[in-house]
Amino acid sequence: MNPALSELGRIYPPERLLVQPGQLVPYESDALTAFRARPLAVVLPETTDEVVQTIGWCARHKVPYVARGSGTSLSGGSLPVEGGLVIGLNRMNKLLRLDPAERVAVVQPGFINLEVSNAAAPYGLYYAPDPSSQPVSTIGGNLAFNSGGAHCLKYGMTSNHVLGAKVVLPTGEIVELGSQSLEGVGPDWLGLFVGSEGLMGIAVEVTLRLLPKPEKYHTVLAAYDSLEKAGNAVAAVVASGLLPGAMEIMDHLAIEAAEAAVKAGYPMDARALLIVELEGEAPEVEAEARHLGDVIAASGAYEVRVARDADERAKIWKGRKAAFSAVGRLSPDYLVQDGVVPRSKLGQALLEIERLSQQYGLRVANVFHAGDGNLHPLILYDGKVKGQLEQAEALAGEILKLCVSLGGSITGEHGVGMEKKAYMPAMFSQADLALMRRIRRAVDPDELANRGKMFPHSEAPALTPHGPHPLEKAGVIWRE
Amino acid sequence: MQHKIDTQSIGPQGEVMAHAVEACVHCGFCLPACPTYAVLGEEMDSPRGRIFLMKEVLEGNLQLEEAAPYIDKCLGCLGCVTACPSGVPYGELISTFRGWAEPRRHRSPFARAFRLGIMELLPYPKRFRAGAQLGRIGKVFKPLLPQALQAPLELLPERLEPAPPLPEFFPAKGPRRARVALLAGCAQQVLKPNFNWATLRVLAENGVEVVIPSGQACCGAAAMHTGERGRALALARQNLKAFPNDVDAILSNAAGCGSGLREYGLLFVGEPEHEAAEAFSKRVQDVSAFLVNLGLVEPPALKQPLKVAYHDACHLAHAQGVRSEPRKLLRSIGGLELVEIPEGELCCGSAGTYNLEQPAIAATLGERKARNILATGAQAIATGNIGCFTQIQSHLRKLRREVPMYHTLEILDLAYQGKL
Repeated sequence: MNPALSELGRIYPPERLLVQPGQLVPYESDALTAFRARPLAVVLPETTDEVVQTIGWCARHKVPYVARGSGTSLSGGSLPVEGGLVIGLNRMNKLLRLDPAERVAVVQPGFINLEVSNAAAPYGLYYAPDPSSQPVSTIGGNLAFNSGGAHCLKYGMTSNHVLGAKVVLPTGEIVELGSQSLEGVGPDWLGLFVGSEGLMGIAVEVTLRLLPKPEKYHTVLAAYDSLEKAGNAVAAVVASGLLPGAMEIMDHLAIEAAEAAVKAGYPMDARALLIVELEGEAPEVEAEARHLGDVIAASGAYEVRVARDADERAKIWKGRKAAFSAVGRLSPDYLVQDGVVPRSKLGQALLEIERLSQQYGLRVANVFHAGDGNLHPLILYDGKVKGQLEQAEALAGEILKLCVSLGGSITGEHGVGMEKKAYMPAMFSQADLALMRRIRRAVDPDELANRGKMFPHSEAPALTPHGPHPLEKAGVIWRE
Repeated sequence: MQHKIDTQSIGPQGEVMAHAVEACVHCGFCLPACPTYAVLGEEMDSPRGRIFLMKEVLEGNLQLEEAAPYIDKCLGCLGCVTACPSGVPYGELISTFRGWAEPRRHRSPFARAFRLGIMELLPYPKRFRAGAQLGRIGKVFKPLLPQALQAPLELLPERLEPAPPLPEFFPAKGPRRARVALLAGCAQQVLKPNFNWATLRVLAENGVEVVIPSGQACCGAAAMHTGERGRALALARQNLKAFPNDVDAILSNAAGCGSGLREYGLLFVGEPEHEAAEAFSKRVQDVSAFLVNLGLVEPPALKQPLKVAYHDACHLAHAQGVRSEPRKLLRSIGGLELVEIPEGELCCGSAGTYNLEQPAIAATLGERKARNILATGAQAIATGNIGCFTQIQSHLRKLRREVPMYHTLEILDLAYQGKL
């Protein structure tokens, strides 16, 4: 064991310092297996103090690191830095405090998203952000990537539900960002941290906002004979003045996959399915349901079903939430994309994606948060066919550029990570990017925290004792 | 997931494993469903981590011995299969991989002897009975024995119940509705002989006549799941010969054995009897599923209300998809209140011979299951597997909170006899 590692061995007992190949291999990828990197070691801290000591070790030895929860990132956000350290936070998974009167929960970063709602359920409360990975993904990862989910149409993303965080900065200092109250002082420092993809430090305690569970749900499943009609129905629902909790569309390939996976009972002949969910107090939902019924009836749906009970509602959502992974049944490999377009351009974007799919000769399945224009095209390919991965990546790139050109974004909720950093210049000017970099270096002068992610051309600066060049520090130059 | 497994050099088993690796997209939905991940919280002790490890070994990028400790820790409970949206046939992968790996393993002489001991005892009721008697005496010396030998002793009952020999034929009561063949199971013949007698009486009550072929052997599941493919094949061949064709179904009343029989198709991949084995597997059913399909003769209501917790054996729920049937049978008894166990999808740690080979993890899971069962406040526990039965009973005993335990069919049997 090299001297630096044996120093780490003074912080961790052997069973929480993983260095054997058989222990490291499973940490080489997250949910984006197109990228792999072997870390130097994996550590599994159990306390904030161990995290602080670990960060101190990384700073002293200039070893880059990535914090990791359940490793469900679809953009390679928790991919290890080659030869760097993986800080696995799965054992920091305690619920520290639940205050039903204040409607807050304080959790450690390894706490699972869905467990927050489970813990709050006895008090009639829940945690609103619901990424499809919610039974698996951790709050730490949700914070780093500002996770969304089907219901962020009405309730907003993770950033809208985090009140405060205790963060270990890349310098080893501990800072408290945000507060328990809804009104903060000064700039929104916590807002800067949420969604920074692990570049600004590691949250070790997170204060979450809980909401009262809606009294009533009204979940509608509408089947269409074209994707465009479903897209137009979304626009019609919004134009009617309704604000549903969620509006989701799945196309026929996604329907086929989800049905095979969880037998949700979806109409199999539909070209597109629209899921609309109203939620709130009973009288309000009942009135809105009548209104929604009229809008959907006029939208050309050929079949409309309303969930009669909690089981039927759960079944509808189970299919939707399993859809990504279920596409693994249709194709040996696929890329998940995550672009955003203005809601009014949804129909246009879908037609264009269809055209690109034909042009490249690759199937594209579509599952998306239609209400907020967040597209998830899944590009199906076979990695064993020479050149198909490259073709799929090129197609993915075209879709992202399309989103930007329509006035949208290259990511809705999966983050930039490894996968989309090359497309950052399509969205941001040189000056924008230079500012982001200066801010990052102000917090992490050696760029150790999740090095190599998010910024274009951000391959690791060489591991020198001198650190980056002053001009690099200023964000004026960077290394290819 | 992409891979470079050389299926040509590995052969038909290679195809099976490569297919499973391909289906995995590494999404992580299996993590919360995996008991070892729940206990250890490490990626290499999760299903997707193991898939990654097996793939690397098969590709030649990783030494088998590097991966082996983590592959060994898998219970084979198949909780991940239920949770997997991509449909990865994980059970086929791990069983086949263990068979491929075993001849390539470096095991210590003690470990080899221990495994050989299990394989030479468990599948043979007579030897197992003698061994169990000896074990009871051995209990006195338990503190002097190595850790590995203490675990099996803890699972042995205080005394062995008498086991009258099973008949070769058990007639139906009243008009015959069906004719079946029953696999008697190995361990349960010694540890809980009443499981089979209760099953026979309930089937008779339902107009089903039963043959118990005398030439039958152990199903071979324990051997197959621990990589002893040759042994498993030999036992399975005996069963292919012993079971008759003139029956409506081949029944098992032990989850692990039933699922073992249903895996013969996989076991015989690349063997001349493959087709026959596939056909055999398709005829196998758990006794609870068979009774529900047949239509249960309604048992009389209980004299006093009874709150029963049903424990899902992994090899019924995850491996065979049999969840609703045993519940339906129990609910058909008037006065019986069925309660669900929290974390019911999580394995109890028995898992065939796992509690003998990985006693520490098995004990953690066993205690967790026992506490979850106690939290229901149930007055009795029903399950459909001898392994789970022994494991749960021993952990309830450790907590000094014993709750009467039954096979699902024993409860039905008592209900028919008006003894409950």
